[in-house]
Amino acid sequence: MSAAECPICGAELTLGDDLVAGELLECADCGTELEVESTEPVVVSEAPTEQEDWGE
Amino acid sequence: MNAPVTVSIVGASGYAGGELLRLLLAHPHATIAQATSERLFGRSVTKAHPNLRKKTTLAFTRLGDLEPCDLLFTCLPHGDTMEHMPRFRDLAPRVIDLSADFRLNDPAAYERWYGRPHTHPEWLGEFVYGIPELHRTEMKDARYVSSAGCNATATILGLYPLFRAGVARPDATVVEVKVGSSEGGNRSTDASHHPERAGCVRSFMPVRHRHAAEMIQELGFGREIEIHFSATSIEMVRGVLATAHVFLEKPLAEKDIWKIYRGAYGTEPFVRIVKERDSLYRYPEPKLVAGTNHCDVGFELDADSGRLVVMSAIDNLMKGAAGQALQAFNLMHGFDETTGLEFAGLHP
Repeated sequence: MSAAECPICGAELTLGDDLVAGELLECADCGTELEVESTEPVVVSEAPTEQEDWGE
Repeated sequence: MNAPVTVSIVGASGYAGGELLRLLLAHPHATIAQATSERLFGRSVTKAHPNLRKKTTLAFTRLGDLEPCDLLFTCLPHGDTMEHMPRFRDLAPRVIDLSADFRLNDPAAYERWYGRPHTHPEWLGEFVYGIPELHRTEMKDARYVSSAGCNATATILGLYPLFRAGVARPDATVVEVKVGSSEGGNRSTDASHHPERAGCVRSFMPVRHRHAAEMIQELGFGREIEIHFSATSIEMVRGVLATAHVFLEKPLAEKDIWKIYRGAYGTEPFVRIVKERDSLYRYPEPKLVAGTNHCDVGFELDADSGRLVVMSAIDNLMKGAAGQALQAFNLMHGFDETTGLEFAGLHP
């Protein structure tokens, strides 16, 4: 089990041992979809998403 | 197994009384003895609250026919409860009042905001202000709880972590609430007549809303503060959305704000931090908390200006009235705080 911090909200992410690069995760606090960039060391970043304009 | 707590509801024909009936009928540790209404005396409570058909055969009784019980929920119009309180105190060892009569600790503040002196100022100090997230410990031993105002609840829960942490400028917070028509109660007026009310976005209290007094009382933490508060009624039946504009004492990063809110509400059963980038509902939304005791709180930081926008959403009849009162009831009797309040809401 390894840990990392959500780059958006700072929540502690608990990650399984079978983590693989490219895996997508979701932060339980802010709901952001995260992508595992590397496993040693564990680096996660916000996964690219198609943005909606929400009428703006 | 302990005997159920026997409760009566004073002023039960209104919307908050109806919600209390609904919640208490399903509560595993409460029995409703009486529900009063002077207007509907003798009629079934389902005449006022048709959603309770086949849930109860209870009929309204008169205030004068109230009998002793373990706890009274009082839902009378503002100003009436304090007049009846001597008798209520004789009838029940515990009272949860949903009016504004005992929310303020300071008699001078009461007179300033309500325009008349309090008739029993000596009792103000005996009431615990009814937001459990702020006063849980006091509530556990309380005999008297004064349930908080709906707009005050939404605003205070939105701002409480920031003022507690001392990161908000004390004089520069502006709050606007958008509220549903049920805040006006169940008696019609010319202004609530459907052709007049429907479709309106009505600025009904741009300044001097009385709930601001509660916000100042609960968010001060020993400092002089100002909350600049306005209320607008919109095309909605239930719900409050409070939007607060907070100016920070010093620059903070978004993660710092998250930490402050997580520290305040991470373990709270009814307060949820709602701030998502790609959700259907990115921020708090009254529609999603309708019928529930939840308060959803979210925020967005404008780092350039130091303005933090805080949004909070509640159901005014639940977390803003009956639900919060039942949460206090649970705490006062040592029950699990969420008992009878588990409903998760509806979607869509």
